[in-house]
Amino acid sequence: MNTPPVPDGDLALPHDELGPTEDLAANLSPPTRLSGPIPWVIAILIALVVIAAAGGLALRNLANNARADLADAVTVQIIEADVEGRAVQAEAASDALGAHPLVTSVRLVPEAELQELLEPWLGASAASENVPIPALIDVELSRAASADELAQLQSALDSALEPLGGGARVDAQSQWLRPVYDALLALQYLALALIALVSMATAAAVWLAARNAFINHRETVEIVHLLGGTDSQVTRIFERSVIREAAFGAVIGLLIGLAAVWLLGQQFASLDSGMVGGGGLALTDWIIIGAIPVGGVLLALITGRITIGYALRSML
Amino acid sequence: MSERPSEIVKFDNVGLRYGTDPEVLSDVSFTLFPGSFYFLTGASGAGKTSLLKLLYLSQRPSRGSIRMFGKDMITLPRGRLPDFRRRLGVVFQNFRLVEHLSAFDNVALPLRLAGTDEAKVLRSVTDMLEWVGLSHRMQAIPETMSGGEQQRVAIARAVIARPQILIADEPTGNVDPEMALKLLRLFEALNHRVGTTVIVATHDVHLLKKVPESLIMRLNKGRLSDPTGALRYPPMPKNNLVAERLGSAK
Repeated sequence: MNTPPVPDGDLALPHDELGPTEDLAANLSPPTRLSGPIPWVIAILIALVVIAAAGGLALRNLANNARADLADAVTVQIIEADVEGRAVQAEAASDALGAHPLVTSVRLVPEAELQELLEPWLGASAASENVPIPALIDVELSRAASADELAQLQSALDSALEPLGGGARVDAQSQWLRPVYDALLALQYLALALIALVSMATAAAVWLAARNAFINHRETVEIVHLLGGTDSQVTRIFERSVIREAAFGAVIGLLIGLAAVWLLGQQFASLDSGMVGGGGLALTDWIIIGAIPVGGVLLALITGRITIGYALRSML
Repeated sequence: MSERPSEIVKFDNVGLRYGTDPEVLSDVSFTLFPGSFYFLTGASGAGKTSLLKLLYLSQRPSRGSIRMFGKDMITLPRGRLPDFRRRLGVVFQNFRLVEHLSAFDNVALPLRLAGTDEAKVLRSVTDMLEWVGLSHRMQAIPETMSGGEQQRVAIARAVIARPQILIADEPTGNVDPEMALKLLRLFEALNHRVGTTVIVATHDVHLLKKVPESLIMRLNKGRLSDPTGALRYPPMPKNNLVAERLGSAK
């Protein structure tokens, strides 16, 4: 009888000296089908995250742009029924404002412009002298003013107009927009909450998929274990299919999400509103959106690894 | 006269039960020595497969003590089990080949799990499959192979990494007498020339006579009978090579 062809030399290496197990994982990876439901579930979830993230970022940009435009501006109203007196007071107020260190520019809004602004509400009578219209002064400040500084501005105006028997009212534009800012902030939190929920749903989908894959291939796992395979070698086998399914779903989800964002962007752009125009997405926003599928794959990888790790611990 | 070899496996009052069922193994005690050849016999349901499961570290006992390669297997952390499993070669009763892998990849599995260089894997596996008469079936997957072919793949996989202990559960059950004899000679060759300890579970009483120097372990209703005490003492070395190996194992 011939000697059996047993290999020469030491064949087994200690764990920490094992070579890369990628080839082994490739050889052992159970054949997976991308036509299963999991890649598509991940695609839908990633699409939702992309839409929510794009919406949240657009709202943030919109709020920031509006705040930047309005935070360092105030409007001064001169309420005086007499046209000539109103003009004198407006002139005095403009002078007083121009002398204030916080003020960078003062513009007395022409009466014709005011009438044009009011015409949609008051009709042709807006141009009538019978309808007293306050004089408006647009004031730009060097920075956003605090409540104390606004009070100082009001006080300076009161001092200038008191000898003329008149008065003025200072309106910080950011104050009357505060409810709008609060609503935008709430919508951003809503987008964040949606992203968190969808991320959890993604993790749950991957957990179920990894657990089912483990159950379906338990026999292979047991054989690999009994032949001396380590937990990390077994985990790599499953990681490979998890990554493939998650990557496929993430790319499809990104494409669906981007298509939806583009369509929504077109709809809002057609509104031609100045405020909505501030809600465009910058390059950094697109980078964040582009990173979503990568994050999705990483989340799937970590979830899959934890799931398989727990499943392996139940085996000897 | 050679020195007595140190034990490679020692079972002491081992009991095994599944869940709350009665014990399938009770008070099993024996010692296996390096380079020895053992047959494990017993009627169906006597506990042969359960005993083999304990030996190939697929199961922990419900009670008793098991030492293998000088280590206590009961308290060994599961993370260290792969080191010990790589010293074992197992031929499972139902072969347990990986269904989606070819004959070549199934046989290569223990080498790849041990991180063996791929060139060496290719050479060793090709030689081994040629030796068991399957060189023309290297790329066949198990479901396209006959029972005998699958069994030969399982045996090739069990011996490819030159294990210190070879455990075979009914290894000749699905092959013709000629192939059965050839496989038995493979086990003997491993035992004689490499010093592998061999444990073969079988129903076939004719097989026992083919290896005269073997020791017989008889299981009866979960209890091991050893009327002569042969399982407590090392057998005499069979030839000089093994004697040298046994002596160096001390």
